[in-house]
Amino acid sequence: MTKPVALSANSLIKTFGGLTATDNLSLSVETGEIHAVIGPNGAGKTTLVNMLSGEMRPDAGNILFNGRDITRMAGPARVRAGLARSYQITSIFRDFTTLENVMLSVQATQGHSFRFWKPVSRDTSLIDPARALLERVGLGDRMEVRAGDLAYGEQRQLEIAISLATEPTFLLLDEPMAGMGPEESQGMITFLRALKGDYTMLLVEHDMDAVFALADRITVLVYGKVIATGARDDIRNDPAVREAYLGEEEIV
Amino acid sequence: MNALKNPANMFTAVVMVIFALTPFVAPAIGETFYVTVFARIMIWGIAAVSLNLIMGYGGLISFGHAVYLGIGGYTVGILAFHGVTNAWIQWPLAIGLSGLIALIFGAISLRTKGVYFIMITLALAQMIFFLSVSAERYGSDDGLNILARSDFGVSFFSLEDKMTMYYTIFAFLVASVLVSWRLVNSRFGNIMRAAKSNDARVQSIGVATYRYRLTAFVIAGIMCGIAGLLQANFERFVSPDMMNWPRSGELIFMVVLGGMSTLFGPVTGAFVFLMLSEILAGWTHHWHIIFGPFLVLVVLFARGGIAGLLTPKSRRE
Repeated sequence: MTKPVALSANSLIKTFGGLTATDNLSLSVETGEIHAVIGPNGAGKTTLVNMLSGEMRPDAGNILFNGRDITRMAGPARVRAGLARSYQITSIFRDFTTLENVMLSVQATQGHSFRFWKPVSRDTSLIDPARALLERVGLGDRMEVRAGDLAYGEQRQLEIAISLATEPTFLLLDEPMAGMGPEESQGMITFLRALKGDYTMLLVEHDMDAVFALADRITVLVYGKVIATGARDDIRNDPAVREAYLGEEEIV
Repeated sequence: MNALKNPANMFTAVVMVIFALTPFVAPAIGETFYVTVFARIMIWGIAAVSLNLIMGYGGLISFGHAVYLGIGGYTVGILAFHGVTNAWIQWPLAIGLSGLIALIFGAISLRTKGVYFIMITLALAQMIFFLSVSAERYGSDDGLNILARSDFGVSFFSLEDKMTMYYTIFAFLVASVLVSWRLVNSRFGNIMRAAKSNDARVQSIGVATYRYRLTAFVIAGIMCGIAGLLQANFERFVSPDMMNWPRSGELIFMVVLGGMSTLFGPVTGAFVFLMLSEILAGWTHHWHIIFGPFLVLVVLFARGGIAGLLTPKSRRE
């Protein structure tokens, strides 16, 4: 019995000049799973995320989200359809407070923002859901802090909280552990594990401990090609994967 | 009243009080000349406030913003030239045209970013400038005299009356600050300010920012168009020079000088900019030699403009 497919990429091709970033790349993510995408630097992981989120158009191939072809859909429309992303390089509103960051996302879920008169700073329909979300993700006591002044780990959490506030069903997580120390990574793993079940996730990650701790299934990319895809433990023991990627890690 | 403890706000309050009282004080001290000077400054203040809306809060550096002064001004001027002085026709038309031109120019220029945006706004504005230069019927380079100010058709409100003209300008200045204050803090303003700092992230929470930027661009265009129609009425004169590119540059300067993305910064910027050039020009014919380096120093050393200089460090965000 297979679960319904939430997101599938079919034969995606993207080239930059002479470089093929993704080469006939196909993968599918089942509803409710955490699907990790791993691969060495330059494997096309971020290109894949950018195509799925709508920030890049594939040269060929298509993307289905909940059965609907979204290949030509603009990024913001995909978010409104429930497909949210987070960034590898922290992308938050540094001059806004933590609370204001999340309030902005909440605002985005409440229809258009052509409302010109009422101040947002006293708008409880924004403040209350934002507060509730920040409490839930453990940033409850950091709400009034300027986001740029948060500790790095907290900024990474806020990065994801901003995406969560858009009320997605699907999260594209581009290296959520990027730049984190072991302790912070452990915190992020706990954080993401708590989200499991509520969201379907595509997790692009370098941190193998995190991948094996979180993922249900794993797809391995090398030079823009899928060299293996399957359940976590099958991938761990796959010789081709070990050679191409995991072995390399061990040497390091 | 806590806000007044901030020296920048205090300075603004003083400037606004000066504006409000000048028609009474100036004749009393025999300097009626200042009524004219301050009326001009307030008109520029409105234009600067409108530019700050897109430049300060939206990060859109328009180098052609003075074109809306020209649109607003020439609408009044040309209609008056043809004998249409009815304000109920002139003003809505001036406002509508400013908005329409801003919509078209915005729709084109907002597809670009950074230096290209600056260049395109400049080029589009200069197009209208050259159009006015080539309009021989309306005076070309020499401009167009306006024989009668906009007529509202009521006896108790006539712009031919000095006091009425002055306080109409003052009222529009206050209104422009009020409008931008509400706008900036609204949901709309929230999107604008967020898109200024991180456009990609706003898109990735599901908001297509282009429409918001375009709307801001149109609002700013209309506000500046109003400054233009006031200017035409006040000076009883329009000329291509009012929308030539140096005027756009001066507007940018007023905003930067006063303090970008602060509510009153553009007003104090317009005040200091025009007062200083007035005073320096009184001293020496070569006043630009002093004024130029002063502007350079402000940009180099006072990043937040006058508002930044006067705001205690602890209160800065």
